[in-house]
Amino acid sequence: MSDVMRSAHPYIPNSVPETREGMLKEIGVSDVEELLTVIPQRLRLNRSLNLPRPLAAESDLRKHVEEILLKNGTCKEYLSFLGAGCWQHYVPAVVDEIAHRAEFVTAYAGNTYSDLGKWQAFFEFQSMMGELLEMDMVSLPTFDWGCAAGFAVRMASRIADRDEVLISWTVSPERLAVIKNFCHSEYVPAHISIKQVGYDVKTGLLDLEDLKAKISSKTAAIYFENPSYLGLIESQGEEISKIAHDNGAECIVGVDPISLGVLAPPADYGADIVCGDIQPLGLHMNYGGGVGGFIASRDGAEYVSEYPTHLVSIAGTEDGTGFGFGFCTHERTLYAVREKGKDFTGTTVGLWTIAAAVYLALMGPAGIREIGETIIQKSHYAARRLSEIPRVRVLFSPYFFKEFVANFDDAKKTVREVDRRLIDHKIFGGKDVTSEFPELGNSALYAVTDIHTRDDLDRLARSLEAVLR
Amino acid sequence: MSEAGLRRYHANVWEEPIIMQMGSEGERGIAIPHAEKEIQKTVGSAQSYIPARMKRRRDAALPQVSQPHVLRHYLRLSQQTLGMALNIDIGMGTCTMKYSPQVNEELLRLPQFADLHPFQDEDTVQGILQIMYEFSRFMCEISGMDEFTFQPGGGAHGIYTNACMIKKYHDVNGELKQRDEIISTIFSHPADAACPATADFKVVSLYPDPETGLPDVEALKAAVSKRTAGLMITNPEDTGIFNPMIDEFVNIIHEAGGLCAYDQANSNALFGIARARESGFDMCHFNIHKAFSSPHGCMGPACGSVGTKKEIADYLPVPIVTFDGSRYHLDYDRKHSIGKVRCFFGNIETILRAYAWVMGMGPDDLRQVSETSIINTNYLIKKMSSVQGVTMAYPKQARRLDQVRFSLEKLKEDTGVTTDDVARRMIDFGVQEYFTSHHPWIVPEPFLPEPCDTYSREDIDYWVEVIRHVCQEAYKNPEIVKSAPHNHAITKINRQDLDDPDRYAMTWRAYVRKSKGKGRK
Repeated sequence: MSDVMRSAHPYIPNSVPETREGMLKEIGVSDVEELLTVIPQRLRLNRSLNLPRPLAAESDLRKHVEEILLKNGTCKEYLSFLGAGCWQHYVPAVVDEIAHRAEFVTAYAGNTYSDLGKWQAFFEFQSMMGELLEMDMVSLPTFDWGCAAGFAVRMASRIADRDEVLISWTVSPERLAVIKNFCHSEYVPAHISIKQVGYDVKTGLLDLEDLKAKISSKTAAIYFENPSYLGLIESQGEEISKIAHDNGAECIVGVDPISLGVLAPPADYGADIVCGDIQPLGLHMNYGGGVGGFIASRDGAEYVSEYPTHLVSIAGTEDGTGFGFGFCTHERTLYAVREKGKDFTGTTVGLWTIAAAVYLALMGPAGIREIGETIIQKSHYAARRLSEIPRVRVLFSPYFFKEFVANFDDAKKTVREVDRRLIDHKIFGGKDVTSEFPELGNSALYAVTDIHTRDDLDRLARSLEAVLR
Repeated sequence: MSEAGLRRYHANVWEEPIIMQMGSEGERGIAIPHAEKEIQKTVGSAQSYIPARMKRRRDAALPQVSQPHVLRHYLRLSQQTLGMALNIDIGMGTCTMKYSPQVNEELLRLPQFADLHPFQDEDTVQGILQIMYEFSRFMCEISGMDEFTFQPGGGAHGIYTNACMIKKYHDVNGELKQRDEIISTIFSHPADAACPATADFKVVSLYPDPETGLPDVEALKAAVSKRTAGLMITNPEDTGIFNPMIDEFVNIIHEAGGLCAYDQANSNALFGIARARESGFDMCHFNIHKAFSSPHGCMGPACGSVGTKKEIADYLPVPIVTFDGSRYHLDYDRKHSIGKVRCFFGNIETILRAYAWVMGMGPDDLRQVSETSIINTNYLIKKMSSVQGVTMAYPKQARRLDQVRFSLEKLKEDTGVTTDDVARRMIDFGVQEYFTSHHPWIVPEPFLPEPCDTYSREDIDYWVEVIRHVCQEAYKNPEIVKSAPHNHAITKINRQDLDDPDRYAMTWRAYVRKSKGKGRK
């Protein structure tokens, strides 16, 4: 393309031809090509990009994208029982208002003073998570729960100076896959080997005997989730952390934070490091985009120095007139010491962190307790209605939170068939876990949250009955 | 306007307390839907479904604040945040602080995107899969690669994904034990060193020639060996200087049996001009939250989209979106896939925005983006040349692409004022501070502006005038610069508080505990 006259693009002020010419003249060249000579011809594309012709008018562009998106069926239009790491909770209007503020949407790496509000919101997120978790040390979130668990495992490996981790079979298979990418092949020296710990298929609880048999002086940590991926509330937290500690290992617990108004925080039963996803705290699902993984731990240099993530600390002003915020022990990170830093960090989920802070501020102690109670009652009601349907069995009751496993072995239909027929009833049934957990047979994981009403749950039961008839 | 022609500015001062100090007993921000009476009657109390030892014993000590006060508090905090949309954000080199079209924000708030669950049946997500697939085709054309994933949640995460693929590649070929070194350059982003190190590679960083600022081919030849697993490199590097020998670098690594990953986070000057393919790279990553206009969101959500040639495409994380001519699919069947680097498919909100951005640009205006970025940078260099105290690093080759590294070494020598001081003083004039540059500071007292396509000639003139004014202050009255900022809500913080385990506090509860009996101001 030469400097032919074209109309200015609304996003590019200097695309006005006269401005461009004036700037080239100021630089002292007659054509942009003179500036491009630093790129040798052999490395150039030397043709136009083969891309669609532009939809220059905003109205045309909007129409085009909206028409494509209208091909989607949404969880507003369908009644959805999908969860498995991304859940449909109510997002308060105030959360959206703040998360849409252009100041927050378009800020980036501004420091202590010019982005004071961003820093304070980050510190408030960490502070409120600290109360929910009853832990003094909370990090800025990383990409998602899987990465948070992966980093937690690597932290524990460094703290304990050991290279083996025990992981419950009932953690999310997606998260386990992410953790595996943080532990590496056996050929590399920093390999962390993963051994999985069994569970009781009747109760869904961790098999303590198997844990005792597998734990050793090589074990850096045990990682389990509570509630587990299958929704079960693990009641043996104290025993598990004691076994870990007796063997010099760290106890890492993955947790759904929206359960913590009613469930004991893992620190209560001995967890050293806690991780989880902030998605339930006011983030839209966004096709799995609305996630972010938090990490928390005991306080103290032993833990703090092993975090790879950004940590926001409060700090006084030099003149004693107020307070501000900054990155704590920045020398840990790649930004200060490149490959000598602890793992890596970078751009993660700042805006979601602010959204979650607003959510927690709105909820308060009563709100977070009540939403936990509501979710338990609604999910147990759904489980009860489903278990009344002939040929449907609900596994593991009575101790679950939000999610439960429904088994269709007696129904002579695969979960896939059941879910496809439910779509005709405008329902997204539970996630098929048949291949993830073959020992549970032909099963689906149903998620019920605060957004479901009794009518919704009765409708699910009626539709399922019709589908299985 | 002040004497210097700069605007008067003062940041909002609200003196907002920490949310933990707000509200009073019994206030609440939102009412929660209770389970209907019939449900309560059927199932009884929620507590009966929690094993006794797993019940929370006391309420979480969250603040108790009414809704209007929560809204007011966070609106005020937003007002104390100098987002790109509010200012001439030229200073943040490597960040490409460009305009994020407002219309794209509205698109991703539609329920047809916001209310999609990642495990919905493929038939019900054909629209979003179409956008992901079409955008991957755009990325292939822009880069010359053959397949893309959007799973990594940021630039560093994209680099980590490439490091994992390099590792798996050598593992599959039975050479991983031997190939344990990644070569990079010190002017590549620090993640190009830290991420392969996390993937347990040793990292060899090449230093620049002091004259040209470019890494040396002979140094590369000396570094290459049987242990070489690959090259992870930025170009143009974090100096704005394009390495014209990049294809030779790639050849040398290939001949040694390594793979080459191109860090294209700094890609804003290359649309339609130069691509990863023509330089011979096997894989690359782009920051969708930078050159592709998705906003930075106070550090995310972001996307480090990773592209590979077809020979490496089997190693990509799963799933990959495919198209059979009539329907879009999520393809999990990749023989050597590294599995997952993040749950689900990535921050697809960034992809939806970037799809709309490319569709609004088209091939000619995409090239215009890059040409404008290059013109703006070289214009800024010209303007900056008359500022006392500022020198350009590596002036021998005067042309830069998307950004340019300057030095305030002269200013520091003359006045004692450092680049950190100047950065802190700049914000007193209503522009976001600049990014000094990544460590180590091979260029002393650096700063690194990137005047991308968003900024007008007038914006650039203004920004240079702010630098000129602050440098003049440094010569006349250095104390005003050293003690900055002056027009902000708070004064200089005590940075020792951030590194001392007895004082640092990441939560309010830790702060309260550590301040007890300390007589802290």
